[in-house]
Amino acid sequence: MTATDSRQATRADSPEPLRQPRVISFSHRLSRWDLKLSPYLYISPFFIMFAIVGLFPIAYTAVISFMDWDLVRNEGTFIGIDQYVWILTQPHFWTALRNTFSIFLLSSVPQLILATFIAAVLDRNIRAKTFWRMSVLVPFVVAPVAVGLIFNAIFADQSGLINTWLEGLGLTAIPWHVEPFWSHVAIATMVNYRWMGYNALILLAAMQAVNRDYYEAATVDGAGPIRQFFAITMPSLKPTLIFVIITSTIGGLQIFDEPRVFDQFGRGGAAQQWLTITLYLYDIGWGQWNFGRAAAMAWILFLLILGIGLINLLVTRGLVRDEGRRGAASRRQIRAQARAAQKQVKEAQR
Amino acid sequence: MNSRALRRTALIAAAATTTALVLAGCSNTGTTAEPDDEVDSDVSLTLATFNDFGYTDDLLAEFTAETGIEVVQNKAATSNDARANFFQKLGKSGLADVEAVEVDWFTEMMQYSDLVAPVPEDLKGRWLDWKEQAATDANGNLVAYGTDVGPQGICYRGDLFEAAGLPSDRAEVAELFPTWDAFFEVGADYVEKTGKPFIDSANSVLQGVVNQLDIAYEETDNSIVATENPDIRAAYDTVVDKAVPIAAYAGQWSEDWYASMAGGEFAAMLCPPWMHGIIAGEAPDVTGWDVADAFPEGGGNWGGSYLVVPANGKNVEAAQKLADWLTDPETQAKAFVNAGTFPSQIEAQESADVTGFTNPYFNDAPTGEIGINRANAIEVATYKGPKYFQFHDALQNAVTRVFDGLEDKETSWNNWVTEVSAF
Repeated sequence: MTATDSRQATRADSPEPLRQPRVISFSHRLSRWDLKLSPYLYISPFFIMFAIVGLFPIAYTAVISFMDWDLVRNEGTFIGIDQYVWILTQPHFWTALRNTFSIFLLSSVPQLILATFIAAVLDRNIRAKTFWRMSVLVPFVVAPVAVGLIFNAIFADQSGLINTWLEGLGLTAIPWHVEPFWSHVAIATMVNYRWMGYNALILLAAMQAVNRDYYEAATVDGAGPIRQFFAITMPSLKPTLIFVIITSTIGGLQIFDEPRVFDQFGRGGAAQQWLTITLYLYDIGWGQWNFGRAAAMAWILFLLILGIGLINLLVTRGLVRDEGRRGAASRRQIRAQARAAQKQVKEAQR
Repeated sequence: MNSRALRRTALIAAAATTTALVLAGCSNTGTTAEPDDEVDSDVSLTLATFNDFGYTDDLLAEFTAETGIEVVQNKAATSNDARANFFQKLGKSGLADVEAVEVDWFTEMMQYSDLVAPVPEDLKGRWLDWKEQAATDANGNLVAYGTDVGPQGICYRGDLFEAAGLPSDRAEVAELFPTWDAFFEVGADYVEKTGKPFIDSANSVLQGVVNQLDIAYEETDNSIVATENPDIRAAYDTVVDKAVPIAAYAGQWSEDWYASMAGGEFAAMLCPPWMHGIIAGEAPDVTGWDVADAFPEGGGNWGGSYLVVPANGKNVEAAQKLADWLTDPETQAKAFVNAGTFPSQIEAQESADVTGFTNPYFNDAPTGEIGINRANAIEVATYKGPKYFQFHDALQNAVTRVFDGLEDKETSWNNWVTEVSAF
């Protein structure tokens, strides 16, 4: 106490001479810089990389989307929003939008349900756990083009495995490459094959993090595995589920590889049965070399994903109950309590 | 107890997975490998081709022996890969010293003909007229070295023809197909008798018919006439009315189409010389294929390529020498023997290697001589403007829609008209 007091006193008398010397040694200055700048330097590689490979292309795309762009000569003329208008008036664009959502729903919904189921099974005490856990990831390692080749042989209209079986059973063959719905089913199957294990592992990791005491307590209370799953596991998975749903939404809306390899031309079918937005974007860009339009399309897709992502987030938040309030009051009850409290405050003010 | 061992296995598996992922990622981008012209750029040239041009290592070694210039060849898997790579780098850097360009995207390239080095004056006149004309730009410069052409003949299954009561002898079969009408009649007859498809695909017939028109979708000044051109409408009508009922598939190159070729489902195909190798390769167990020296209404060309020398390359002069040598009649004859790429040089077509060539797979048909006759029968070279590919692709889709029963003839045509008016 006295020490601090005296120091304050002396400082008040003659602040200048007793302060730290003005000429700071270089090493000292260096260490001060180190303190202030280093954190930024340490994280800078990411931001520099992001600026070069992330931000710049995005901005550049935005500029090009307002131009009639010649890739080879690297020049263009400014034409305003014509490219956006052109895209929004294309029937193909709307077909592509329909297909993208159809394939997205056909893949994401069953995929996430199955992935949660697989994760729940893997979470239980089974033999050779690691073997099963690793093996669900195997399809993810297969290159999408290889998946395409394999599934093409399975889904070929005449010579395909599935149709051969169907005909063998006396049923009619399914026109995989003719009917839009069936082509979407076939493509969604490829997507599910590839991503289900990946999502299952992420969900499994989240399940492993759930405190085992809850389950023990639940078992003691007499809750069966199904009741435990819905009352303990699902609520605990909320943050992970939101992550998985958002990533698979983004992936689903950007679906490209699978429809691209679904036939020999990779342009979405004769009547655009399985033309997706990215496939259309690719064709405009790399098939017709119209980069202005492709850039405008990319921005439309970006806005779409943003919108759908937000809706997704809101819906998921509402559907999956909050982790912290397990067993306590429901959302409605909390709101009711809050309203009651507010009323009281207002009455008190009066 | 042995959870440690398990964990270790898991670790190894995870590491392998990551490696595989990284490798898979690389292989995607690795297909369009950059030519490494760093290695002694004075005496080394790069050559970029796709599919099989017949330029074997032995052949390129001959050039090295003659000139002391090393040649490194990069082969793209498909012409589409080569196209994407070409236009990404044209006018910038990274192209090979000599680049192969396919006819389908050749007119697109011609829009940038100022970015490739012209062919020296003294080489003019070495190629077939129409081959050379297509490579001459608005300023009268010949800008590309013609490699092969695709003079179409008719490949047919002698055994199936015989079973259907048709002649199977090469010369007699050739007389069956003087016109498209005759062709479709024979086809309808065959289908009626056997209940099996006659020709492989409807769109290859469309290709054959369109390739006999003077202009298709664009006038020679590149103004668009696609939907008004009566010839196109007639071609569409013919194909939809007559080719669709006798065809096995809508288009070529599908999984089913390959399987069907191996299974010997159809009896005939329109075939340029480069198709011979594909048939022989895909259906090695099918016997009875033969080639008739005939094509409805004369001749028709399908496919073929050019070599171009990017003007901003490091060794333009040496590259021109290489392109000259590769398309020189003697080399072309060798390439034909190697890969069946039919030479576009007049002199090469007179070489004994070509005239005396027979193909054992096709019942020893004299495919060299047939090719020459078919090439001589070609009278028109369809003008293919910069948007030819888009128009034709959309029209093929229209035929496919009818074939699949998705739309009727008129609806499909009208949809095509709406679609292409947006181009």
